[in-house]
Amino acid sequence: MNAPRTLLAKPWIWSFVATAAVWIITILFTGGASTVGLSQAALTFAAFSVIVGIGQMFVITLGPGNIDLSVPSTMTLSGTLALKLMDVQDSMIAVGLLLAIVLGLLVGIGNYALIKLLRIPPIIATLSMSFVIQSTAIWANRGLRIKPPETLANFTTSSLVGIPNIALVALILSALAWVLLEKSIYGRWISAIGQSTFAARMTGIPVDGTRFITYALCAVLASICGYLLASFSGGAALNMGAEYLLMSIAVVVIGGTAVAGGNSNIPGIWGASLFMFLVVSMLNTYGFGAGFRLILTGLIIIAVILAAGGRQSTR
Amino acid sequence: MKISSGTVRLIIPAASLAVLLAAVFYMQPRTMSYTGLNLLFNLAVPIALATIAQMLIMAVNDLDLSMGTFVSFCACVAATFLQTSPAIGILIFIGAIAVYAGIGVVIHVRELPSIVVTLGMSFVWGGLAVLMLPSPGGAAPVWARWLMTAKPPVIPMAIVASILIAAITHFIVMRSSFGVVVRGVGGNYRSVERAGWSVLRLRAATYALAGFFAVLSGIALVGLTTSADANIALRYTLLSIAGVILGGGEFVGGKVSPIGAVIGALTLTLAGSFLSFMRISPDWQIGAQGAILVVVLALRLLLNRLEKREKNR
Repeated sequence: MNAPRTLLAKPWIWSFVATAAVWIITILFTGGASTVGLSQAALTFAAFSVIVGIGQMFVITLGPGNIDLSVPSTMTLSGTLALKLMDVQDSMIAVGLLLAIVLGLLVGIGNYALIKLLRIPPIIATLSMSFVIQSTAIWANRGLRIKPPETLANFTTSSLVGIPNIALVALILSALAWVLLEKSIYGRWISAIGQSTFAARMTGIPVDGTRFITYALCAVLASICGYLLASFSGGAALNMGAEYLLMSIAVVVIGGTAVAGGNSNIPGIWGASLFMFLVVSMLNTYGFGAGFRLILTGLIIIAVILAAGGRQSTR
Repeated sequence: MKISSGTVRLIIPAASLAVLLAAVFYMQPRTMSYTGLNLLFNLAVPIALATIAQMLIMAVNDLDLSMGTFVSFCACVAATFLQTSPAIGILIFIGAIAVYAGIGVVIHVRELPSIVVTLGMSFVWGGLAVLMLPSPGGAAPVWARWLMTAKPPVIPMAIVASILIAAITHFIVMRSSFGVVVRGVGGNYRSVERAGWSVLRLRAATYALAGFFAVLSGIALVGLTTSADANIALRYTLLSIAGVILGGGEFVGGKVSPIGAVIGALTLTLAGSFLSFMRISPDWQIGAQGAILVVVLALRLLLNRLEKREKNR
């Protein structure tokens, strides 16, 4: 009879409880009419937050001060450049994806070079980097909005047995991330670094290499997300990444990952991403204006943190 | 005369400001005048106030990600209520400062990460601002407009205001006993607690003071722009953090410098003008701003190394 108790002890369970509550409230209001549509929309939009959220989670796991602010600009640049390169040709889809991944790697290298060589706090390093990336995106975005190749656009907007393809991609990436975090030596290393960088260094963990890989991983995931988001929304826009800055941080923290680092979990990101989308659509169905919607979103975030925050105080 | 490490910390920010200013003067000699200087630094006043607010929060090892939306909110209040019915406006501001103190209490009591709580608050402030001003509008209170466009003799208002802000906050943070204990909380809150101070009260007071400076920032901004909108100051969140770091502050350890923070804010403002004088294509202006940030921080690293070498000798 231990199962329910161990389940309740999981830090991520609360985000799912909250998600279920919001889902039920919304469905009740519409009388069940929009159940399928709402769930599919939630899965699709949550998937984008999940992909960037996983990257941000790895970075936050590294410990206090580690955060990647270049996520939105990386998304924009990769979406813009990939669509430009693919130029509506179906044959170029793989090349475009490759470009997105290489771009992510470059951004990751740039970020970590600034952090390591100049000893700049990550928050400022990634911020400066994001300015440079954003400029490049503005420069590259000149001219007409380029459409994604048709096959890719179809893929991102359709679904397989009721589950949106984007959500499946996010699910596969989460599974890989879970293996990486829980079953690989790399996962142990980043947790160790997050708990105490000094102790990690003393035990012979390659701290710099691990941190570098983490920043590169985060940038690559942001890049892939930008590629998918641009294809999904029929073209890249300069502000397409903007909302994902706060979102990527919010889903990680609401999902039960310790902000102080060293303790993270993947399921929580799913719970939190679904929750964040459902809250907004719930407030929409209830007919709240933009102002009230923002206020309530903020209050709900704080309420969730307050409700879930107690367990952190054992530190 | 022995130079304190605090002074050394100020050298790089001050030097980068001087170099940037010299470059601007060289490229556009007409800025070397009363009006020119005022135009260059006008927008720095609200940024400097927001940077001071962020610096206070950073002094207790926290970070305020809602600074931009809060200043926008204050600007909206200033352009609507404060202008039409000052009493209600002032009450709203007092309420907002009380909320800031409350945030400090909640963060301390529940040991919550400040980043997340302020992230949530940024939605709240943004929502309130949208409710007040769904579309850009409002009008600046007459006195705020008068204050921001005042023309004191010899030295332009923007410079006078910056010096005043730096002097007053330097006194509060570096000279008063309150400031010393606040920085102590950032350095080691346990020892401050053991010495008999209530860290809870200190954190609440710090947050309230930060809220107060952010309110001033909002009023100053409206005084300059004469109207407000809900997104007017969103970039202040990142600008204020960058300003504190440029001015020699640190994220942890209570190492902050009010004078440095004001200089950092001035440098960031000037960087914008500098780039337009350079005729850099608007596409690359944001990128160049990032590059300037990196260069200044690299210089600081160099100086820190020199400082260490001096000590080891």
